[in-house]
Amino acid sequence: MSGLNEIKLHPIVDYPERKQVKFRFDGREMKGQEGEMIAAALLKNGISVFRYTEKKKQPRSIFCGIGQCSDCVVIVDGCPNIRSCVTPLKEGMVIETQHGLGKAGVL
Amino acid sequence: MKTDILVVGAGPAGLGAAIEAASCGADVCIVDENLRAGGQLYKQIHKFFGSKNHYAGQRGFQIADALVRRTEELHVPLLLDTRALGLMDSGDVAVLRDGKAEAVTAKKVILAVGAKENMLTFPGWTMPGVMTAGAAQTFSNVHGVLVGKKIVMIGSGNVGLIVSYQLMQGGAEISAVVEAAPEITGYTVHKNKILRAGVPVYVSHTVAEARGSGHVEEAVIMEVDEHFQCIPGTEKTIEADTILFAVGLNPRTELASMFRCEMTSEGALGGVLPIHDEFMRTSNPRVYVCGDETGVEEANSALDEGRLAGLHAAASLGFENESSRERIKEVQNSLMELRSGKYAAKRLACKERIIRKGAMYYA
Repeated sequence: MSGLNEIKLHPIVDYPERKQVKFRFDGREMKGQEGEMIAAALLKNGISVFRYTEKKKQPRSIFCGIGQCSDCVVIVDGCPNIRSCVTPLKEGMVIETQHGLGKAGVL
Repeated sequence: MKTDILVVGAGPAGLGAAIEAASCGADVCIVDENLRAGGQLYKQIHKFFGSKNHYAGQRGFQIADALVRRTEELHVPLLLDTRALGLMDSGDVAVLRDGKAEAVTAKKVILAVGAKENMLTFPGWTMPGVMTAGAAQTFSNVHGVLVGKKIVMIGSGNVGLIVSYQLMQGGAEISAVVEAAPEITGYTVHKNKILRAGVPVYVSHTVAEARGSGHVEEAVIMEVDEHFQCIPGTEKTIEADTILFAVGLNPRTELASMFRCEMTSEGALGGVLPIHDEFMRTSNPRVYVCGDETGVEEANSALDEGRLAGLHAAASLGFENESSRERIKEVQNSLMELRSGKYAAKRLACKERIIRKGAMYYA
């Protein structure tokens, strides 16, 4: 699934107006909104695989969407295991697909 | 940090508890692991039922705003991005804030940490595109993103029906609602909205497999017998990019366990949960529980249970005014009202059993 999944007009909800920011995902420059959750920004950019599992290298995406399950973790500015569904996007963030559990010794 | 009453969780239960306790004059502090207070009310964009006391006619996010405003008026410290980790040997509560653990000394602790969504397991259930109904609801109603365009919803309880409708409001197509029971299990008012919209509903069916390469492309559904076993040969394939679980929730009991609160199990309320008395006191006299953590119901019941816990915890510390007792009765009656009627009969019976067990600790 990609593109056109941003809800522009909703019969009930007024989404907040946010500043546009640039970030990188696996080296590609992308646009998002400041303060929106990283997962939301990635989905709007057509990205739905956020990490691959350690043993079987299977793809994973969002699952619970509220920071409980940790299925959607990514690497942010070099730091692995960041829950993309509850971490706000900032200008210039460098986000990467996480392969496995993240490097030992890195917080 | 020191406080009379520490409330863990800033959803409807926790906010209700904090507002009542602070109104009685107790020193109250709320911690919540999220960046925003209000719990899951912010994704509930439908209008609530009930009485005026229950914010009838208002939408979930409006209720959250009203509750948060009230805690601000009462100057209740609300520590966000702060997670209660558990109980220390000293009896203090350990909370994680800015990457550091610190101790909170509290005379009473009110746990209001909510519930987590259930899932089913079938081949492909871990694939991107399979997720909880709550996730899809959060992304659509709070973040403004549709997680999919063609959606199969598993479960026709209120969550399944309401979230299906809300995803349609956001522009998605609900390809099917799949229900293992022989009929739709949610309220008639929600059922009718879905049926009027022409959504295909498959009762006595379940999802047997999610197929796709790297992302859901189709759902395989199968008919089930009266024991909910799949009937071979009944496979049907439905094109879909998303499969959602609306198959119930279960209470988050980890913290209550660490506080040595005795547990019981009630299937109709989500499974294992901490026992409490009619004032929401657990077997540990220092600890109260309220909301979905002690039986999955809905936001209004959570709010009332929180109010009750807050009032009683405050009174037990001497923070009582002339109307406290009356107010406790009033909230108990209001809870009773929420648990009346045919839809609530099972929940009511469960709660009565829990409260009978809870009373034994204070006989």
